Amino acid sequence: MELLPTIWFIAIAVLWTGYLFLEGFDLGVGMLMKAFARNNTERRVLLNTIGPVWDGNEVWLLTAGGATFAAFPLWYASLFSALYLPLLVVLVALIFRAVAFEYRGKGDTDRWRARWDWAIALGSFFAAFGVGAALALTTTGLPLNANGDREGGPFAWFSGYAVLGGLAVVGFSLLHALAFLALKTDGDVRHRARRWFVRLLPVLLLPIAAWALTIQALDGKPWTWAAVLLAVTAAAAAWTLARAGAEGKAFVALGAFLVLGTTSIFGAVFPVVLPSTLDGAFDLTISNASSSDYTLGLMSIAAAFGLPLVIAYQAWTYWVFRRRVSAASIPDAHSFLPAVAAKAFTTKG
Amino acid sequence: MDALEIARWQFGITTVYHFMMVPLTIGLGLVVAIIQTAWHRTGRPEYLRMTKFWGKLFLINFIMGVATGIVQEFQFGMAWSEYSRFVGDVFGAPLALEALLAFFVESTFLGLWIFGWKQLKPAIHLACLWVAVIGSVFSAYFIIVANSWMQHPVGVEMVDGRPVMTDAWAVFTNNTALVAVPHTLFGALAVAGGFLLGIAWYHLWRRRRDGVDTVGADGRVVPGESATIPGRDRGDHTVWIRSLRIGAVVAMISFAGTAVTGDLQGKLMFEQQPMKMAAAEAACHDGTGFSVLSIGNLGAQNCDDIVALIEVPGILSYLAKGDFTTEVKGVNTLLPEYKENYGTHLPDNPIYGERAGQEIDYLPVMEVTYWGFRMMIGFGGLAALAAFGALWLTRSGTVPESRWLMRLAVLGIMAPFGANAAGWIFTEMGRQPFVVAPNPDPNGIDQVFMFTAAAVSPGVSAGELLASLVTLTGVYAVLLVVEVKLLVKYVRGGVVSAMPELAHAPADENEDQAPADKGGNGKPADDVLAFAY
Repeated sequence: MELLPTIWFIAIAVLWTGYLFLEGFDLGVGMLMKAFARNNTERRVLLNTIGPVWDGNEVWLLTAGGATFAAFPLWYASLFSALYLPLLVVLVALIFRAVAFEYRGKGDTDRWRARWDWAIALGSFFAAFGVGAALALTTTGLPLNANGDREGGPFAWFSGYAVLGGLAVVGFSLLHALAFLALKTDGDVRHRARRWFVRLLPVLLLPIAAWALTIQALDGKPWTWAAVLLAVTAAAAAWTLARAGAEGKAFVALGAFLVLGTTSIFGAVFPVVLPSTLDGAFDLTISNASSSDYTLGLMSIAAAFGLPLVIAYQAWTYWVFRRRVSAASIPDAHSFLPAVAAKAFTTKG
Repeated sequence: MDALEIARWQFGITTVYHFMMVPLTIGLGLVVAIIQTAWHRTGRPEYLRMTKFWGKLFLINFIMGVATGIVQEFQFGMAWSEYSRFVGDVFGAPLALEALLAFFVESTFLGLWIFGWKQLKPAIHLACLWVAVIGSVFSAYFIIVANSWMQHPVGVEMVDGRPVMTDAWAVFTNNTALVAVPHTLFGALAVAGGFLLGIAWYHLWRRRRDGVDTVGADGRVVPGESATIPGRDRGDHTVWIRSLRIGAVVAMISFAGTAVTGDLQGKLMFEQQPMKMAAAEAACHDGTGFSVLSIGNLGAQNCDDIVALIEVPGILSYLAKGDFTTEVKGVNTLLPEYKENYGTHLPDNPIYGERAGQEIDYLPVMEVTYWGFRMMIGFGGLAALAAFGALWLTRSGTVPESRWLMRLAVLGIMAPFGANAAGWIFTEMGRQPFVVAPNPDPNGIDQVFMFTAAAVSPGVSAGELLASLVTLTGVYAVLLVVEVKLLVKYVRGGVVSAMPELAHAPADENEDQAPADKGGNGKPADDVLAFAY
């Protein structure tokens, strides 16, 4: 097996796992803006738990995409062009979501805030669903011809696997967000999040478990089956820990579930990166889709230096903002004070 | 329109739009970092106010750059899969490195800056902004390295019909990139300069109109204080006049910078893509003269119709070679050379789709290249002249009472944006019909090139592309309205809109957040977030 393409297969698996781990909870928090938070103060509690970090988390997606382009250009080209419309949905969702975070607090009416709340909730949902669908399809395959182009029209990618993958990431993100909120907030939000976590864990992890098991049934190897078993154990541990009130440990256990789960999935499909459902001869693998060893070597040096650095300073960010956020610590929304409006008010009064 | 044309429109629209936000992010970020440094060193309250106010506008704009940036990275794969397959070995690396080494830094440290006003020690808080700004500069570098490889492919050899990187040093020190990076950064600073100048002018004008500031018998401004409007005190005057002067100086320096780097860039481009430069001049025949005004039907793509009405002899030679006598090749000389080197017709290859076998038009759209080039220089020069005029007109310490001058100053904010957009549209459309341009100069690798017609995704239908073009354009239009409205709202609000505490205890503002005071408000340093949301 070629060494450098294998390393880069692992690196991309790491990047996707990092993305799902980090943006998982902020996508989930976004979805919970409507379903979980009861009033404006609670919404602001939710937002401020992820406020300092969501943008840094999203860069994991860009890095995963960029690394795929650099290390496996044929994988990148085939996957992204075949999934044209679903990725368009992801892009629009991510655009609205990002803008909504920043602009929500800059208007003064409830209607303004409610609109951006919907943008956050729906943007987070569609981004999670679309990314999940894309990841599932790269493991189960797309109708690609010999050149790696999609056959069969704009919706030829659609299958049960797309739905399963979409639900898998949505479900995991919601659960991860509940674990995160239990860890990062205080007061009512914290306790409610923990209750929801315990109650909803089996349902929310069902699709991602089904995806992992499907992949094992299709391409499983003994060690990836073992990873699935460990993942299930980690999920059970997360449930028990959350029930016992150990929020930090429950969060870590759920993180372990994710890492083991993605390991089992990427491990099972290796060395295929994108199967063709038309003909096995058209499968993209780490050998036929990768860049030259020279490029991969260069990227390896950059990643060996860059990735630990990223993890270090992002960890530091979480340390800086380690305090729990609670409704009590949310100041009143300072009303916007335009000089002109204030003047009009004073002269009238 | 077929798939190729829709895909090109989409790339053009999304990229130009993205590049409305990016220069302001880079330029304003740098300016805010410098101002916050001034506050950190001097502790003077006006610098804190400037940091907060310009920082707020910076963030409103920054987020749009972030949101539209993801589209850029995705659409290479989505709409241009053949391009991605062809160039991936060399082009993907700078994109991946941009995310890994630059954008991560920018996003993470900006989050620390936004939320860390009270969490972090002042020096560290300031350092976070600097790190984020430096990240944005590196980000620009990596993206321009990628773009420059399309303008001037280096450091590769062809293996099985695809360029494979053999010399990373050559790719990352591409001479095209080394001049384009400072050119782009100066262009970004020009945007920030105009932005500060126009908005500060507006506020100084409003203070005069409302009778807060007056001009004394000695011709000097007498700053006043408004009893009714929070935050409109004497310090407010200092904020705006200083912002205005910083803006004007930044605008003039950056224009000089763009001129010098642009000249270097032009000389390279005459070697690397002679057709682009001939098209920029609508120069049909070989010669030495620079056309100030050419008439004729530029759009007809027929060189013989074009007459240069006003032409300055020698200038074209200077732009190309640095002397006044060298004959520069015109379109009519270049066309046969291109046909000989790169063929007269597109090959009969399925990747060209319906265009296989068509005749190749090597002449870029001259209306765009000719006017794009002139708009870039014209808008840039206009902004610099205006900045010079602004310094003169405000030597009394405030602006004239004229409403029209104020409107002009605000309108002038647009000029550097226009210059940036025109420059990019010129250089990208001037590269056509190639997406990766061949380089006939001795240092280039002449046989590495790709026609744009071969780059689009073969599996993606025109309908899908049209759907995304309509969707993205619609979304961008809506968000542009929202962004501009928010910017206008916060601009009108003045400093107090970004610093509500001014309204409550204007006198204490600096004691509250003095750089030496780690806690602020007497609370423990890590008690509350600086809630930004």
